[in-house]
Amino acid sequence: MVRWIINTSVFKLITILVAGFVICAPAFCQAYKGKNGKVKFFSEAPLENIEAVSNEANSVFKATTGEVAVLIPIRSFVFDKTLMRDHFNETYMESNKYPEATFAGKLEGGIPENVAEDKVVTVSGKLNLHGIIKEQNIQVTLKTDANGFLNVTGKFRIRLIDHKIKIPRIVFKNIAETVEVSFELKLRQTE
Amino acid sequence: MKSFTFLASLLFLTIAHFQLQAQDDLLSDLRSDQNVDPGYVPSIFKSTRILNSHSVETLHKGNLDFRISHRFGKLNSGAYNFFGLDEATIRLGLEYGLTDRITVGIGRSSYHKTFDGYFKTKLLRQRNSKDGAFPFSMSWFSNMAINTLRTDDALLNANKSYGYSYAHQLIIARRFSRFFSFQVAPILIHTNLAETNQSNDAFAIGGGGGFNVSKRISFNIDYVYRLPDNRYKPYTNSLSLGVDIETGGHVFQLIVTNSQGIIEQVFVPKTEGLWSNGGLFYGFTISRQFNLKKNKEK
Repeated sequence: MVRWIINTSVFKLITILVAGFVICAPAFCQAYKGKNGKVKFFSEAPLENIEAVSNEANSVFKATTGEVAVLIPIRSFVFDKTLMRDHFNETYMESNKYPEATFAGKLEGGIPENVAEDKVVTVSGKLNLHGIIKEQNIQVTLKTDANGFLNVTGKFRIRLIDHKIKIPRIVFKNIAETVEVSFELKLRQTE
Repeated sequence: MKSFTFLASLLFLTIAHFQLQAQDDLLSDLRSDQNVDPGYVPSIFKSTRILNSHSVETLHKGNLDFRISHRFGKLNSGAYNFFGLDEATIRLGLEYGLTDRITVGIGRSSYHKTFDGYFKTKLLRQRNSKDGAFPFSMSWFSNMAINTLRTDDALLNANKSYGYSYAHQLIIARRFSRFFSFQVAPILIHTNLAETNQSNDAFAIGGGGGFNVSKRISFNIDYVYRLPDNRYKPYTNSLSLGVDIETGGHVFQLIVTNSQGIIEQVFVPKTEGLWSNGGLFYGFTISRQFNLKKNKEK
């Protein structure tokens, strides 16, 4: 009899928990989502600085677990020089083969309780760029603004060689070996 | 009690499983949110020319293309003429993208001291992605050329428009893969002053292919087939082979062709050289693009 009760209550608990994960009830998973985030990269080189911007970064942040994911279509990067965009897509990033850059990671050291003020945290995860996955630890500033948006900003550096993005000798002077990536994401709580 | 332990570990495993999956799930979640436009195929050919013929490509808005095209003399003109290297004809061209779809250009050829001006517009663009996407690009090209060679012929001097000629061409091109692009381009040439017993109009069909051997180098073939009623001796069909070397902003084209002229009015109806006996012209084109306008999209 006792065993039977234990079993049923455990069963109920499991049912609730599993349902919670699957359905993602509001109390169980607080998710933040952001569209049209800004991602910029900058490369300083002797001949000319190269800068490109995408305003199409999609991001998601799960407050319960501290997980984050960001996705950027490579084709969405826009340059000062239109011809550069073609070369960027065709020659360097091969965006037909690798149409997107992604980052999936987790907040280090748990989730900060109060992000009304600027809060600097480290996010560690995997950056998938040009089909090659590399670990990245990124310093991020979190802040919720008056409109209830969670603002995520930060910057990090990418070594092109890490992602097998090849620079031909002949244009070597035009392109730096590392580029600086900065981002401004605005996320809104879902549900 | 046993079953409790079993259920507890099941619970633990379930949670662990969800934790592991979560990061990938987040990404696929984002992916399903994203309405990615696969966009247009960025370029079918590396340059606005296959070799002699215009390709389907137009310049980007605000880009100025300075082109220096050079053809040496005939390969079979002998050691005395240093196998053609002693002489050269040249065309200097300035071409500009008014919009992403409209390019205008002017040029001056040393051959027959000819000025030319052209207009090219991209009517349709091939789209990326696998199924249902628009399969090809199409451009319209028109030009006018003025032959300013001095002559003693009173008739020619009386009417300046005798030196004018025109070309109109529809260009249909497709990038089949990363490695291969092809275009078909019917062309009409109208010459105000035709040679005796020849028509003022010449119809031909151009065919051009590009084989990308690397991201920066492609082998090109450019052939112009004159329709049967438009063939006059001693002229022949134009066939050119060449290589494009692209270095970001520059395109170098190396070319071997049986045509001496660099504009349509010459190489379509009046190609003189024969591949069979080495009547070939070796040459090159340097194209340098300058960005005159900052991209406003940004």
